[in-house]
Amino acid sequence: MGKLTIGCFASLVGSLSLDFAVKLAEAAVKKGHDVDFWVSGNATMLSKKGQKAFKDYSHLAKTLQELFATGKFQATACEACAEARGYHKEDTMEGWKRHSMDWYLASCFKADRVLHIGGD
Amino acid sequence: MATKKLGFIVKSLPYKTEASRLAMTHAIASQTVEIYLEDGDNVEPVVCFIGDGVLNCLRQQQAMKHYGVTSLEQHIKNGLLLDMKIMICKEDIERLGLKEDALILDAEDIGGETKAEIVPYSEIQGVMESVDHLLFC
Repeated sequence: MGKLTIGCFASLVGSLSLDFAVKLAEAAVKKGHDVDFWVSGNATMLSKKGQKAFKDYSHLAKTLQELFATGKFQATACEACAEARGYHKEDTMEGWKRHSMDWYLASCFKADRVLHIGGD
Repeated sequence: MATKKLGFIVKSLPYKTEASRLAMTHAIASQTVEIYLEDGDNVEPVVCFIGDGVLNCLRQQQAMKHYGVTSLEQHIKNGLLLDMKIMICKEDIERLGLKEDALILDAEDIGGETKAEIVPYSEIQGVMESVDHLLFC
């Protein structure tokens, strides 16, 4: 089994890129791969706790909790990107880590494959 | 001991989204990546501007004056100051009618010695084929 690193810049609401990234992570974990998941820019919204599910908007919190429970998935948010948006450590969903961008590059170093979804 | 090359391919416009800024800040973060890696391991970023992304490379940006934020020009110069390889697609600057003297090709004003290169797309394609991982921004 391999290690996949997925990075995303796109926001939780307003784009389905983040949905795709999380669903890809879910599929990879189900196949037995390890996944590092990195969000920066608007994608840091995904790490915010207290998200409420509405059918008109993407809701990925439940999927993320299931992924964390597998032990084969770790998710990290860009700390500066989150702080700039007012998402502080105490606002972060359980299971998430917060680091600077070098964490992502190190994860890329260790990955067998990297899928990076830039843009909004 | 290994060095892995990461190719940041920037095709996004400056200021319209955050993507090109994030490409530069992530690439520059390679300076501190060693704290997460084994001794002797490292990453080497290469930044290529293609398509509309070449507009990130325009000189005399006034982002601080108009938006109150650092400019992409400053980020590109910081990359050059750190000896980062930065390539700009020749065909795309021609397509947009940009002259070489309108582009950020060096960071001499802040003490940088490395220069950005204007190259045919075929060279950028070569970079994309040679790097370990590609990151489109």
